[in-house]
Amino acid sequence: MIQLKNLSREFQVGNQVVHALDAIDLAISEGEYVSIMGVSGCGKTTLLNILGLLDTPSSGDYILSGINTSEMNDDEMANIRSTKIGFIFQSFHLIPRLTAAENVEIPMILAGHSQKMRAEKVAQALARVNLTDRSDHRPEQLSGGERQRVAIARSIVMEPEVLLADEPTGNLDSTSGSEIVELIEELNQGGLTLILVTHDKEIGKRSNRVIRLLDGKIISNQTQQGI
Amino acid sequence: MKFSDLLFLAFSSLIRYPLRTMMLLIATSIGVMAVILLTAVGEGARDYITSEFRDLGTNLIIVIPGKNETSGGGGPADFAGLAPRDLTVEDAISLRQIDTIKAIAPIVLGEMPASFGGFERNVPVIGTTPEFLRVRRWEMREGDFLPGVTLDRSPPVCAIGKEVEKELFGTSRAIGQWLRVGDRRCRVTGIIDSDGRAIGIDVQKIVVMPVSLVTALFNRPSLFRIIAEAESRIYMDQIKKDIIRIIKKRHQGKEDITVVRQDTVMASFDNIFNVLTMALASIASISLFVAGILIMNVMLVAVSQRQSEIGLLKAIGAKNRQISNLFLTEAILLSGSGAILGLILGHSITLSLKTIFPTYNFLPPTWASVVSLFVALICGALFGLIPARRAAKLDPVIALSGEK
Repeated sequence: MIQLKNLSREFQVGNQVVHALDAIDLAISEGEYVSIMGVSGCGKTTLLNILGLLDTPSSGDYILSGINTSEMNDDEMANIRSTKIGFIFQSFHLIPRLTAAENVEIPMILAGHSQKMRAEKVAQALARVNLTDRSDHRPEQLSGGERQRVAIARSIVMEPEVLLADEPTGNLDSTSGSEIVELIEELNQGGLTLILVTHDKEIGKRSNRVIRLLDGKIISNQTQQGI
Repeated sequence: MKFSDLLFLAFSSLIRYPLRTMMLLIATSIGVMAVILLTAVGEGARDYITSEFRDLGTNLIIVIPGKNETSGGGGPADFAGLAPRDLTVEDAISLRQIDTIKAIAPIVLGEMPASFGGFERNVPVIGTTPEFLRVRRWEMREGDFLPGVTLDRSPPVCAIGKEVEKELFGTSRAIGQWLRVGDRRCRVTGIIDSDGRAIGIDVQKIVVMPVSLVTALFNRPSLFRIIAEAESRIYMDQIKKDIIRIIKKRHQGKEDITVVRQDTVMASFDNIFNVLTMALASIASISLFVAGILIMNVMLVAVSQRQSEIGLLKAIGAKNRQISNLFLTEAILLSGSGAILGLILGHSITLSLKTIFPTYNFLPPTWASVVSLFVALICGALFGLIPARRAAKLDPVIALSGEK
């Protein structure tokens, strides 16, 4: 479902060109659980941003569900992000002035869905992450783990095909961290393609496949046997 | 995105930053309030000045002593005539030869103590002829207005305003009584029912006497002005020329009077005050403009403060247009509610001014409210556009990495 062909991403830093991603070839199929690992600065976040259509490659092709994304305009990309991709961030990125339920509702508001449908889906998503009783709380009234669960609910409320998680446990203690990992693994078992950026080896071990990056290049791409 | 959701999101961020929102509301409301107040003052001034002319009859020609224009040439002859010659009752009588004039009402003005019984008070005294009643469109409550008086006949009679009657005569009947004005005595023949102002004087407080009596009373022959009523509008320009010709001949060939048509005076006053009110409104609009710039600045700051929020919105599928609409809606919501606040403030202040100063008619024109509301909204939209565009163009990767 995801195919990267000879994909590069360069940044101009001062008068130096930095190759954040250097001629990457990668294929990820539907329902896979892939972790991307590497030291910081190796290009893993850039890769995730490109996969999430937040960033565009300098050269090469990214084919998502058979569509070459380099031909898309801003609105089309926004559409794909809205309907096919869910994001989870290390720092949650909840909107502080809105309640948990309202935060979860925003992707549906942006997509222009009806009030009735929104209420239904938001309730489902919150139930899925076990936060039904917290729906009226604001982010500051929630614990870190709960905040990340709100963010997960928000990422799945539009029923995407791919879930992109950027260090989702980075700001959490180990207990709530493993709860979060278990939660997104459950989502993966439900058929959602899961791509996880982490430098936590323990988490990396649990995935079907580990992709290691160094200096913008894939140095290993191993499929491993179950958990 | 639905409009109601857009409003909800914009509104939620406005109440999230109450201080910022308050400041911008105050800035905008001061702008709108300034427009309302200044135009109300302008309209009040117009109303005050033109009220005198408004009550006058039609087809009136006003003769005023002195001439303001420089009358060509110059030279010693003009030097000698620097001080304008008095306009006298005799001049007024000479105007009778113009047969298209229906009525002539000369006016002399002054202040004198008036007394009856033990009561005395200073009153404005107007000397004129019975025609003045028609020219001014006054009504009599009882009795007659200067009976038997003409330009050259001055029986000792007078008409008084309602307040003079109340204060000097109290409950006793004023008609037929002898009122002492200065060193003269005159019989009260009528009570004027009208109120309002004439030549800047409160009608209820005046005493009106025959013109020659008043010139003698003040020991001064000069008239304040002469009002002539034309038979018809079509004669007015001819009458104007005739008046100038006759008076000039009487004043040794010097054109030392100003003759104006009441309708043109009225029109030019109206023009002047329209311009004045517009000028005041545009000065006040500058503060609206300033408020707009303030909104722009604060919105620009908000865009950089809320980078990560914008990045997030993009990550979860917001189109550029939706982001810019969101910020634009915030700006318009701010300027709109500021404007409404300003309208409420402006109108309540003019209302309270009106109760404090009842003689001035502070009336903010409707167009001022409408225009200032629209200008505020347009300012909000225009100045909101730049921050909104900046927000929409934000690179989501950079926006999200700003970990705030």
